[in-house]
Amino acid sequence: MRRMSLFNVTSLTLVAAFLYLPILLLIIYSFNESKLVTVWGGFSTKWYGELLRNEQFLDAAWVTLKVAVISSTIATVLGTMAALVLVRAGRFIGRTLFSGMIYAPLVMPEVITGLSLLLLFIAAGVDRGATTIILAHATFSMCYVSVVVSSRLVTFDRSLEEAARDLGCTPWDAFFSVTLPIIAPAVIAGWLLAFTLSLDDLVIASFTSGPGATTLPMRIYSAVRLGVSPEINALSTILIGLVSIGVIAASLAGKRSART
Amino acid sequence: MGRRVLIAIPFLWLLILFLIPFLIVFKISLSDYALARPPYLPQYNPDEGLWALISQLDFETYAFIFSDSLYINAYLSSLQIAAICTLACLALGYPMAYAMARAPKRWQPLLVMLVILPFWTSFLIRVYAWIGILKTEGLLNVFLLWTGAIAEPLAIYNTNIAVCIGIIYTYLPFMILPLYATLERMDDSLLEAAEDLGCSRLSAFWSITLPLSLPGIIAGSFLVFIPAVGEFVIPDLLGGSSNLMIGKTLWVEFFNNRDWTVASAVAMLMLAGLIIPIVLFQRQQERDREAGR
Repeated sequence: MRRMSLFNVTSLTLVAAFLYLPILLLIIYSFNESKLVTVWGGFSTKWYGELLRNEQFLDAAWVTLKVAVISSTIATVLGTMAALVLVRAGRFIGRTLFSGMIYAPLVMPEVITGLSLLLLFIAAGVDRGATTIILAHATFSMCYVSVVVSSRLVTFDRSLEEAARDLGCTPWDAFFSVTLPIIAPAVIAGWLLAFTLSLDDLVIASFTSGPGATTLPMRIYSAVRLGVSPEINALSTILIGLVSIGVIAASLAGKRSART
Repeated sequence: MGRRVLIAIPFLWLLILFLIPFLIVFKISLSDYALARPPYLPQYNPDEGLWALISQLDFETYAFIFSDSLYINAYLSSLQIAAICTLACLALGYPMAYAMARAPKRWQPLLVMLVILPFWTSFLIRVYAWIGILKTEGLLNVFLLWTGAIAEPLAIYNTNIAVCIGIIYTYLPFMILPLYATLERMDDSLLEAAEDLGCSRLSAFWSITLPLSLPGIIAGSFLVFIPAVGEFVIPDLLGGSSNLMIGKTLWVEFFNNRDWTVASAVAMLMLAGLIIPIVLFQRQQERDREAGR
């Protein structure tokens, strides 16, 4: 049995406090009656009420959700294909370029990706709006999906798929009835990651959106530039709550499927 | 046949939406600023052909950038801030990842969740949370004044210190997770063997644990350093108007000054500086994936 030394417990506690204290303070102050951030004016949920009446935020939330669902679904399909290519396709011309295009977007500064996509859309004469944000998000998210899925694919026992082929399955059938169910947890995790990356993105969306397509991060950003407001705290609390529930539910579901 | 289609679809997608855009940025960085729509010349004219276009391109914008110390200073200060933050993330993240890997097995999923959860919650919101803490009349100053630790409020907000705090805070999970992954895979019997042979705990750490965790250190450092160089949101929200990181410079040139040629040239120079770390990162990820096989 491993023992936890005092040093280990201390570092765990300190880092956890560093990671969570700012979020906790944000949540607490969303229930502050006073408009001033540092003065506690008593408990109140009035900022949540104001938020629900703010149509700009509601519209932006709808655009964001739509973009996130569509872009993460495209990213999951493309990312899973890319993972199959990385792990299974062996050598082909342009392989190094291909893997470069998968890994580079993971670390590429967002301003560069955003600027280059915008200039592409302008050069191609594409009207900017929700569609261009979807294309942009699907592109960088698919790289995250392919990393998540390929880490699962390398541990996949190919003899299962070969057995299905021997029993008369087409490659297509074998993939959908054998491989996909086994790698499904990674594919779902990839989708969720792509979904939250899209929900979260400000920089690339700002570059690639056009009139009429304002996402929630863009709205939050322009409000935040004017200073701290309890309404934004309330909005943040709702988003943090939703994401936490989603992540915890997904991990519980993943655990259950791993057990069966 | 099926294999070719499988390769072609993601390949073409990335080629069109990732690689070709860089060529367009490069082309615009060689163009001249002009009062036109879009605001640069020359523009491609199919009648004149490609050579007419290429003959009009020049490196004027780059010469301008190198002659104005603003851009060089922004670049250097971005590299410096990113380097400091990477080291700080390593210093904070290593003990955390180590403690996670040494924790009882049944706690580990919970601890991983603890690190991942902030990473899944909105980046913008987490940066925003620090404004309320670091402002002159913010929670940190209120607390420190109340305890009597300081007599005057600290001026952290709108300085590079605030930018560093923001970067360290948001990028810390990117450092912890790869470190944890390598430390967790480590074979404990190596350490036991070292102790049996008379190695002290500390020297066992230096000669076994640290070298074996090097892939995690490298991966984590790339994941923090490269995006931090071009960070825009954090310097914009926490650094104030005096801060000029290169990502923010690019944003201002593009959106405020509408100077697309300078913005493109800045992007190209940033990319030129980051291409080596990016290639090293890709190589390491490839090796990692093949090792998992």
